[in-house]
Amino acid sequence: MAGTLVSTMINGDQTEFVCQAGETLLEVLRNRLGLTGSKEGCGTGDCGACSVTLDGRLVCSCLVLGVEAQGRKVNTIEGLADGDALHPLQSNFIKHAALQCGICTPGFLIASKALLDRNSNPTDEEIRFALAGNLCRCTGYDKIVRAVKATAKDLRKK
Amino acid sequence: MKYQTPSTTKEAAVLIKRERGKAFVLAGGTDLMVRMKSGLTEPDLVVDIKHIPAMQSIKKSATGFRIGAAVSAAEMGENAPLKKAWPGVVESANLIGSDQIQNRCTVAGNLCNASPAADAVPALIAAGAKANVVGPQRRRTVSVEKVITGPGTTSLAKGEVVEAITLPKRPPKSGDAYLRFIPRSEMDIAVVGVGISLTLGNNSVIKSARVALGAVAPTPLLVPAAGKAIVGTKLDKAALNKLAEACSAACNPIDDKRGTVEFRTEVAGVLAQRAARIAYKRAGGK
Repeated sequence: MAGTLVSTMINGDQTEFVCQAGETLLEVLRNRLGLTGSKEGCGTGDCGACSVTLDGRLVCSCLVLGVEAQGRKVNTIEGLADGDALHPLQSNFIKHAALQCGICTPGFLIASKALLDRNSNPTDEEIRFALAGNLCRCTGYDKIVRAVKATAKDLRKK
Repeated sequence: MKYQTPSTTKEAAVLIKRERGKAFVLAGGTDLMVRMKSGLTEPDLVVDIKHIPAMQSIKKSATGFRIGAAVSAAEMGENAPLKKAWPGVVESANLIGSDQIQNRCTVAGNLCNASPAADAVPALIAAGAKANVVGPQRRRTVSVEKVITGPGTTSLAKGEVVEAITLPKRPPKSGDAYLRFIPRSEMDIAVVGVGISLTLGNNSVIKSARVALGAVAPTPLLVPAAGKAIVGTKLDKAALNKLAEACSAACNPIDDKRGTVEFRTEVAGVLAQRAARIAYKRAGGK
């Protein structure tokens, strides 16, 4: 079965792929483009492990069709670090031990970045609400909240 | 499965009407994609409405607000004039799911998905919202409370597509509110939802009121008796008691893991009282 040609911008790179109409953006990223940083947890928009931004807005890529990416900008975890230099969120997640198994981490990083892009000084409560769409079964969330708060502080100094 | 991106609502309506198999509208996809994933829905055609200019924006006019069917709940929350005029409608839409869901889900989709527990629907019903429906042959306007006919079913014919939700012009001294009960602080489905919109006359006396309930019957309900219970009052204790009684009397809920029949019936009354107080205060009532 012939697929649909989709032309899109992924992490700043013009990208073309062919996919079936029923494929999710998550499936396209992982299975066709080799961008396996975005994870599938639930596949139903509850866990946030597949979080990416679409035209700058945080979405679950499991609830977006690959064909919907036509002409739009997708940003994934693969684009977060600047070459070998980790993003401050990544460094702070390591520093504050805000991860254990790591499956939820890419989603948390993308969602945290979306929060810090619009709010440079979030309260604990704002962080918890902004990350309510991301589930973590290891950390108990507290370390994640601390890592995001520390990053906000670091970024404000810059 | 075929995927189409029409640029007019009429084109969307014709595509769906002509499809011999199962055709679905894709707005935010936060319900449709979940159903596709679980195998409950296997579409032959998906019509993505997000490329239709008439559906993409929130417009304020002399007759009120027009919210395009492709406008996300997050965009509603970012629209200051809409939030100021209809805080209850906006807070109901902004209660749906996480930030990830907010950036995709739409109130028109919330309506057409026809869940008894849809958060935006009781607030829209209370607001007197209408759906602008476009079919292959003609357009029509229908009150939101007449769209949902049962769990997952609507009064829309095959090929009829909701183009926008409209909210009437707000008279002075008006307020609305939406409250829901869930066992946690967010990311859950309503056990009970209550939307109330009211307008005050002289001396803070309620001139008109509409009360709607969600998650306590097969469809969201407009409860005229509950509105009547507070009209002509300043929301004194007796009026609030009558409001709660009318709301509880209208309930016809199910027992499930989120709440029992008795619990939902009781909570509907309690939440209605709280929502009424908020709406009254927003209207400037003293």
